Amino acid sequence: MLDSADIQLDDRAAIKRGAKLFVNYCLNCHSASLMRYSRIAQDLDMSSDEVRNQLITTGAKVGEAMKVAIAEEDAKRWFGTAVPDLSVIARARGVDWLYTYLRSFYRDESRPWGVNNSVFKDVGMPHVLWELQGLQTPIVESYTDEQGNTSERIRGFKLIEKGMLSTSEYDAAMRDLVTFLAYLGEPSKLQRLALGKWVLLFLAGFLVLVILLKKEYWRDIH
Amino acid sequence: MFDKISRRLGDLREWADARFPLTAFWQDHLVKYYAPKNLNFWYFFGSLAFLVLVIQLLTGIFLTMNYKPTADTAFASVEYIMRDVNWGWLIRYMHSTGASFFFIVIYLHMFRALLYGSYRRPRELLWVFGMLIFVVLMAEAFMGYLLPWGQMSFWGAQVIISLFGAIPYIGDDLALWIRGDFVVADATLNRFFAFHVIAFPLLLIGLVLFHMIALHSVGSNNPDGIEIKKKKDEDGVPLDGIPFHPYYTVKDMVGVVVFLIIFSAVIFYAPEMGGWFLEKDNFVPADPLKTPEHIAPLWYFTPFYAILRAVPDKFLGVVAMGSSMAVLFLLPWLDRSPVRSIRYRGPWFKLALSVFVVSFVGLAYLGTVAATPLATLFSRIFSVLYFAFFLLMPIYSQWDKTKPLPERVTEK
Repeated sequence: MLDSADIQLDDRAAIKRGAKLFVNYCLNCHSASLMRYSRIAQDLDMSSDEVRNQLITTGAKVGEAMKVAIAEEDAKRWFGTAVPDLSVIARARGVDWLYTYLRSFYRDESRPWGVNNSVFKDVGMPHVLWELQGLQTPIVESYTDEQGNTSERIRGFKLIEKGMLSTSEYDAAMRDLVTFLAYLGEPSKLQRLALGKWVLLFLAGFLVLVILLKKEYWRDIH
Repeated sequence: MFDKISRRLGDLREWADARFPLTAFWQDHLVKYYAPKNLNFWYFFGSLAFLVLVIQLLTGIFLTMNYKPTADTAFASVEYIMRDVNWGWLIRYMHSTGASFFFIVIYLHMFRALLYGSYRRPRELLWVFGMLIFVVLMAEAFMGYLLPWGQMSFWGAQVIISLFGAIPYIGDDLALWIRGDFVVADATLNRFFAFHVIAFPLLLIGLVLFHMIALHSVGSNNPDGIEIKKKKDEDGVPLDGIPFHPYYTVKDMVGVVVFLIIFSAVIFYAPEMGGWFLEKDNFVPADPLKTPEHIAPLWYFTPFYAILRAVPDKFLGVVAMGSSMAVLFLLPWLDRSPVRSIRYRGPWFKLALSVFVVSFVGLAYLGTVAATPLATLFSRIFSVLYFAFFLLMPIYSQWDKTKPLPERVTEK
C-alpha cells in the first residue's frame, strides 16, 4: 500500500523548497536532462542570479539542461545499474509511489549500501537522505494470504538513529520534493489547467450561438 | 458600391466556372445534395470523424517539425515538444487525445451503421470503403504509437510484430523484414515514422474521398432505413430530403462544438485519461533489456487482442483476430432482413445486437487485463458470441418478425 502524497501543484513555495532538495541530494547522480534551469526560473518567478546561486551547483549556464557528470559505466560499477533520469519520473511512477519510496529506506546489512527499500526491493540506490531522516528498521509481521501461505511483510518502521529532521519534518520535506518532481514531470500543467476553463467557457458560449443558429434554420422544416 | 463588388465577384465566379466546375461542385455536394430530414444523434459521427482527421493531420504536421525519429532522440524530442516548443504541449495532447477520440468516433459511426442497416444494398461499397478506412486507421495508430519510443511503444510493437512470426514458413523472415532488424530498433522506428506521416495518411485521405464519393452517389441512409429517393416531387427533389447546406452544415456545427467541449475537457484536464490515452509505462524510455510486467495494447485494439489471446495456438489466434476484422467486411451480404433499421426489426436481431455489444465491450475490457484462467474463459465465450453475431446473421435476420415499413420517414 502506498501513502498518499497529497501534493498541491500550485504551491510554488513547496516546488521551490523541493527544487533545492532535488539539486542538493538527487542531482549529483540523477539527471533531469529534459528540463532547463531557465524554465524553473520562469515558472517560479526566480531571477537568473537566484537560480545560479540557489539551484546550480555545477558550472552549468542558466539556459542549460539539468545534466549530471556521472558516466554510465561508473554508475553501473557503483550501483549495479544505470541511474535513471528523473525528468518524467513522476508521470511514470506516480507521486504516491515516490512519496512512499523516499520514506521507506531501512537498514539491511546484506545490501551493498547497507539499506534496502520496502517499495522497491533491493534497489541499487543508497539512502542519500539519511542525514535528514536518520535510519530506521522495519517492523515485520507475518500474514497468511488467500492461498494459505504464510510469509512476512513490513508493517512499519522504527527510527533507530535520529536524523537532522523529525519524522513529520522529513515527511513534509519529501512532500516538497515530490511536488517538485510532479512539476518537473509536466511543467506546463499549471498553464494547461489555467487555460482550460477559458477554452471551455468560450466553447459553451459558442454552443449557445450555434444552437440558436440551427434552430433558426430548422424552423422551416417539418 | 456593394452592387459593384457583387457584380465583380459574379464575374469572377463565371470566369472560374468556365475553367473549373466550381458552382457545379458546390451545388452537387452541398446546396442540391439532399439528405433525409430525420437524421438523428447517431449521424453526427461521420462529420466528426472528418473533423478528427483534420485535427490529426494539422497537429501531426507541427509535431513533425520538432520530432526526431531515431532511437537515441525520439523520447527526448517528444519531451522537448512538451517543454521547449511554444504551445508544443497543446499540439501533442491534441494529437494523442485525437488518436483515442478518432476510435471513439469511428466505433460509434460503425455502430450507427449496425443500428440502421446503413451497409445494406446499395451501400455495400460505402461500407467496404469505410471498413478499409478502419483497418488503415488501426495500422496508422499502431505505427504512431511506436514514435514516442517509451517502454509501451517498444514492447507493444515487439509483441504485435512477432505475431507475423506465427505464420508458417515465411513468418520469421516476414517479421524480420517488417522490423528491419532482429528486434524493434532504430530501423523500425524510422520506417514506422515514414509510414505514419506519409504513407498511411495519403491512403486514408484517398479512402475517405472514395467513401464520400460513394456516399454522395447513393445518398445517406436514415433511422427509418427507407429510401427517400423513391418519393420525389415534380422537380426530382426527394420529398423527405433537405439540402445538406445550410440545414446539416448548421446542425453538424452543434455536434462539432459539443465534441470540442468534451475533447478540450480531456486535453486540458485529463490528457492521460487515467492511463487509457497515455500510459504510465510510456514515460519510461524504451529499454530492450527490461520487459514491462504487463504489456497491453491501447484500449482501441483490445477487443481484437482479446480474440487473439482467446485462442490457445498462436497462429490460429492470429487467424481468428484477422477473421474478426474480415467478417465485418462481409456484413452487407450476411444481413438478409427485409428491413434495414432496428426500428422495424424483430426481437431476434435486437437480441443478437445486444449480445454483440456486450461481447465487444467485454472483449475490450478483457484485452486490457492479465490472462488469468477466468479472463481467458470469458474471452472465449465472448469471441464465440462475436463470431456468432455475424455467421448466424443470414439465419436469424431472415427468421425475424419485422414490422411494416412506413411510406415516408418518421419524426422520432
